[in-house]
Amino acid sequence: MTGHLLLLWLASAVVAGTPLIFASVGELIAERSGVLNLGVEGMMLVGAVSGFMAAVHTRDLFVAVLAAMGAAAALSLLHAVLTVTFRTDQAVTGLALTLLGAGLSSFLGKGYVGIPAPVTFRPVALPGLSQLPLLGPVLFRQDVLVYASYLLVGAAWAFLAWTRAGLALRAAGEDASTVDALGLNVAAIRYAGVLTGGALAGLAGAYLSLAYTPTWTDNMTAGQGWIAVALVIFATWNPLRAAAGAYLFGGVEALGFRIQAVGGTVPSYFLRMLPYVFTLAVLLVVTARSRRPAVPAALGRPYFREERYG
Amino acid sequence: MIHVERRAPLRPPVAAVVRLAGVAAALLLGGLFLAATGHPPVAAYRDMVSGALGSPYAVQQTLVKAVPLALTGLGVALAFHAGLWNIGAEGQLAMGACLSSWAALTLRWPGWALLPLMAGLGLLGGAAWALIPAVPRALFGTNEIITTLLLNYVALLWVDYLVFGPWADPHAFSFPYSRPFPEAARLPLLPGTQVHLGALCVPALALGISVLLRSTRWGYEIRVTGSSPEAARYAGMPVRRTVVGVLVASGAIAGLAGMIEVSGVIGRIQQGISPGYGYAAIIIAWLARLAPWATVAVAVGFAAVLNGEFALQTSGVPAALASILQALILFSVLTSEFFIAHRVVLRRKRREAWVPQEVPAEP
Repeated sequence: MTGHLLLLWLASAVVAGTPLIFASVGELIAERSGVLNLGVEGMMLVGAVSGFMAAVHTRDLFVAVLAAMGAAAALSLLHAVLTVTFRTDQAVTGLALTLLGAGLSSFLGKGYVGIPAPVTFRPVALPGLSQLPLLGPVLFRQDVLVYASYLLVGAAWAFLAWTRAGLALRAAGEDASTVDALGLNVAAIRYAGVLTGGALAGLAGAYLSLAYTPTWTDNMTAGQGWIAVALVIFATWNPLRAAAGAYLFGGVEALGFRIQAVGGTVPSYFLRMLPYVFTLAVLLVVTARSRRPAVPAALGRPYFREERYG
Repeated sequence: MIHVERRAPLRPPVAAVVRLAGVAAALLLGGLFLAATGHPPVAAYRDMVSGALGSPYAVQQTLVKAVPLALTGLGVALAFHAGLWNIGAEGQLAMGACLSSWAALTLRWPGWALLPLMAGLGLLGGAAWALIPAVPRALFGTNEIITTLLLNYVALLWVDYLVFGPWADPHAFSFPYSRPFPEAARLPLLPGTQVHLGALCVPALALGISVLLRSTRWGYEIRVTGSSPEAARYAGMPVRRTVVGVLVASGAIAGLAGMIEVSGVIGRIQQGISPGYGYAAIIIAWLARLAPWATVAVAVGFAAVLNGEFALQTSGVPAALASILQALILFSVLTSEFFIAHRVVLRRKRREAWVPQEVPAEP
């Protein structure tokens, strides 16, 4: 019996961690290119509402996911134009992007609040793999987007570690003038990084509104975008560690729900505080232990060729 | 070929015109957005202006609305001066409101004793809530943007717990608020106005902060720490103490804003004391380029946008328009800063020697 509960908890930890994987891997790619985007929360909201609206009108999940990714990427394009081309402060621009995303999503989603999604992502057991003991029920009886998140983590890691393009992206985040001297276009690399981050944040939002709690409510992300930003620091800008962290946080979130489900006596407000308090505690431990975290050296710094030698 | 280069700083009046052009562009974009979503923009803006400033009553309501915006804006700007991002004003405001509400709901004191105590508890609540991210920031450099922000969610859940649980109004069917405060716990109105006494805190604090920053030793240390912590450390300044002190002071001001809202405006503690004042505060502080009196002025402008937006809601424009407009204004002004500091020139592809120029300081 307890074994069964444990499996249920682990499986729901994977589900709860999936949007965090999409969002934090996306943010990680943007930050690796040298652009901090604190607009993850806003981009997730826009993704969630656009995906939901597209699902209501087309009843096609594929179109819905594309709409979510496209809308959030469009919002991130604004961030790229402002921070890369106009060299605005990345932190304040990102914060305003979150505000804009929250406002836009609430504006657009006004007529959609509370209705159930007409089409949703449902678990599909992978033949063979789902029969594995322990791993099967936890990892391989999930929906398609969860499987996509496994592939994404591996692909992001391989891209950053092994490919020439990944090397250029990392270099743009470490030492942009060297990238420029090599004849590569720093601005183009950073635009690509930010847009990838935006599209993945949109996917994270779509996961919330079409799979996790298949409906749309105002501010339904409830800070998950911020937890994703914190996860990137926790993961020291490494996709594999980001995935591990996402499941850890997903586990904490799922734990709160499980305790409520079995009728614990702790008021639900305190259980809902758990993910935030846990994120905070983990950030403290991580930063207290490593005095020099592996921050991309050029993170937050606009690149201006004429100041190369300055 | 398009080419961008730094330019000598524009004269302040010219720069001001460029920034105003930025705000105008934001309003234009907002108008396009309204038109695209089926709301006639000219009528909407006209209703907003009359809703915010159309009568003496409306003007006073706008001033009342400006109080929490100005206070949190001043607090956030103070932290920015030390190079610290306090994104947690929202939560600090809520915790200040909580602590002062405790006094309002339990103590049977006369107003002259209760109100100062509530103000003190408001300051304390905000300060304590800011202390949590301040200490790790000072000791380990833990990113305060994320920690202050995460604590907002915790603070709001804490308010939810109180107003649905122990403090719930027994006469209201599970509405998310406490019973009303006694009269002694309400801030009196300034004679002959609709504006409560708490509004006086705004000029007092703006004055206090400008004196602090300009003419005191601590203010000097704050500014040096903000522009270069290394230099401050090298000069023997207590950087860690400054970091903790500034964040705590910033939180205390937000907490005071919370006390003033529950005591002066709402009259009880409830869910959603603040419709995002703490987030608007960041934009306000930034737009004011951290100058205390400018922060107050921008806060009044934002209050007009919020109240005007509120007037619009009756004609079916969703409440979210205010935050969209705020974000658009910030984006436009940030972009105009670029055009103030840079020149875009079209020229033939010919390399010229680059002559270094005086670079204006970033805010």
